[in-house]
Amino acid sequence: MTDEAPPQEPVRKEVRETRIVSRRVRAFPDDGHTMERALADGAYELWREVLRRADTKWIHDEVKASGLRGRGGANFPTAIKWESLPDVFPRYLVVNADEGEPSTFKDRLLLEGDPHALIEGVCIEAYRMASNLAFIYVRGEFALGADRVAQAIADAKAKGFLGTNILGSGFDLEVVVHRGAGAYICGEESALIESLEGKRGMPRIKPPLPIHVGVYGKPTVVNNVETICTIPQILKMGGAEYAKLGVNRSTGTRLVAVSGHVERAGVYELELGMTFRDIIYDIAGGIRGGKELRFFLPGGASFQWLVNRPEHLDQVYDIDDVVAKLGTSLGSGAIMVYDQDTDPLMVAWRLAKFYAHESCGKCTPCREGTGWLEKVLYRMSHGLGRPDDMDALLDISVGMSPDVLRAPFTQTTICPLGPSPVSAVASLQKYFRAEVDAACSIGAGVTP
Amino acid sequence: MTTTPETPNGVLERSERYRARVAEIVAQYPEPHSAILPLAHLAQDHDGWLSLEAMEEIAEACGTTPADVQGVCSFYTMYKRRPCGKLVVSVCTNVTCLVLGGPEVLEHLEHHYAADPDVTVEEVECLAACDRAPVLQVNYEYHDHVTNETATQIVDEYKAGTRAARGVSGGKVKV
Repeated sequence: MTDEAPPQEPVRKEVRETRIVSRRVRAFPDDGHTMERALADGAYELWREVLRRADTKWIHDEVKASGLRGRGGANFPTAIKWESLPDVFPRYLVVNADEGEPSTFKDRLLLEGDPHALIEGVCIEAYRMASNLAFIYVRGEFALGADRVAQAIADAKAKGFLGTNILGSGFDLEVVVHRGAGAYICGEESALIESLEGKRGMPRIKPPLPIHVGVYGKPTVVNNVETICTIPQILKMGGAEYAKLGVNRSTGTRLVAVSGHVERAGVYELELGMTFRDIIYDIAGGIRGGKELRFFLPGGASFQWLVNRPEHLDQVYDIDDVVAKLGTSLGSGAIMVYDQDTDPLMVAWRLAKFYAHESCGKCTPCREGTGWLEKVLYRMSHGLGRPDDMDALLDISVGMSPDVLRAPFTQTTICPLGPSPVSAVASLQKYFRAEVDAACSIGAGVTP
Repeated sequence: MTTTPETPNGVLERSERYRARVAEIVAQYPEPHSAILPLAHLAQDHDGWLSLEAMEEIAEACGTTPADVQGVCSFYTMYKRRPCGKLVVSVCTNVTCLVLGGPEVLEHLEHHYAADPDVTVEEVECLAACDRAPVLQVNYEYHDHVTNETATQIVDEYKAGTRAARGVSGGKVKV
């Protein structure tokens, strides 16, 4: 980052949806998932073209030119990830559809509403990386999503888009839908691979990265649903054209899931480069019932919160700029909005409870720390707080994320689940310390 | 949930089609061990819960030990290793549902169906439908913008059979 030219002051983006990945879902909300509708809408035409062309390098080159970064939350450049793939066979493609981050609900929209876009993306990517077996790991609770994807695979097979000797090309591809069974941690790629191998979903120590040693010890590309669905669109419009959308190194569009106390919650496909104010007030219609905004979570549950201040609301929705200026992240593309009447302690407690429940138990700092954060935050948020509780939270947090207030967070655990609840603690300390202390002072509640 | 009570065989009859489906699932994977999760879903949908006997059967199909299968299945919250109601009602109380009424719906349903053996009410984490909070699932079928009244009405419709329910693992009840 430091070696590059300083990012330019972004040009304000027009405040409206730009439907590229979500185009078919939105155009055909009732039957976009069916083969008939998808075919009539041009599905699999690109797949035919990909098979007709002799080489596959152009796919990589277009994606690289597009600047596409993984949409699962880590924002790693997709083409760069692919480049590390070693020359070892067999190799596997895994689609991460284990969407479990609180307030994130964009991948489910694609799974249920446009499974053929996903399958076409899987075909193209599997062909590019010369893999004959792909897995789609669908979150267990997504029963309808898993059904729709399985149906799409069966229909694609019947039409000859999948299976053996696809459209006479000599290329074989099978796609397996693998349902999870209720574990947030399986969204972490190495835990997902463990789960796919029929084990407890506990993250693996890295290195080796899954791209080198993944499913069954073989090289494995793990990509998010939205990432895979974006690839065909990039190939259709051209990487350079796609890269014109967005701002700085945050190119293109993202599916942004807005929820909480807004008038119009939902998933919106937005060109990167708007401000949080644009998204919360214009796109999502502002705060319900004419109330005031108190705070919002800009990127799912795992990153630091932002509050009702001009410098936060006028922050540009730019992956790197948000990290550099405000020490938080756009994460999985979810924005949770809370009005003036929301108790930040209650939200922090519920998030801690989530992480305590979902900690896999492999690393001690996370297994123990998430539980303690939950216990202390419970009493703080239920009128039983003690005067030194906020300091106790900070103290516990040090064991999980040594530079508690720093962002992006530091970690003492194998995967980032451990330090994630510390983001809420850091947010309380940064923005709500006075209120928290008042709520936990002697006489404020029933102090035992 | 650390123990499984003494029960008569928790495995219902296995048809030829069921056995064929098991073989089909195992054959999807390069290594049979991968079939543990899908076979556990299959057994749970069919039997109504995941019994020790079912896990022994899965171990055999996957070429591993019953202890291994139990160890794996106990990690995942969707597997019910004790008999449960034929309707599993999952109510989200995570942060968006929390501020929009999820916990109230949960409490109401817990009281309302406390003595009903057909209905198991549970608190779950984010179900990824926050734009329509508060949200619940009945056997993994979504119902959104629920209130105490609509929630009980929906569950009662499933009970009466006027709504078709999935299996308790979200799949087909009969293979």
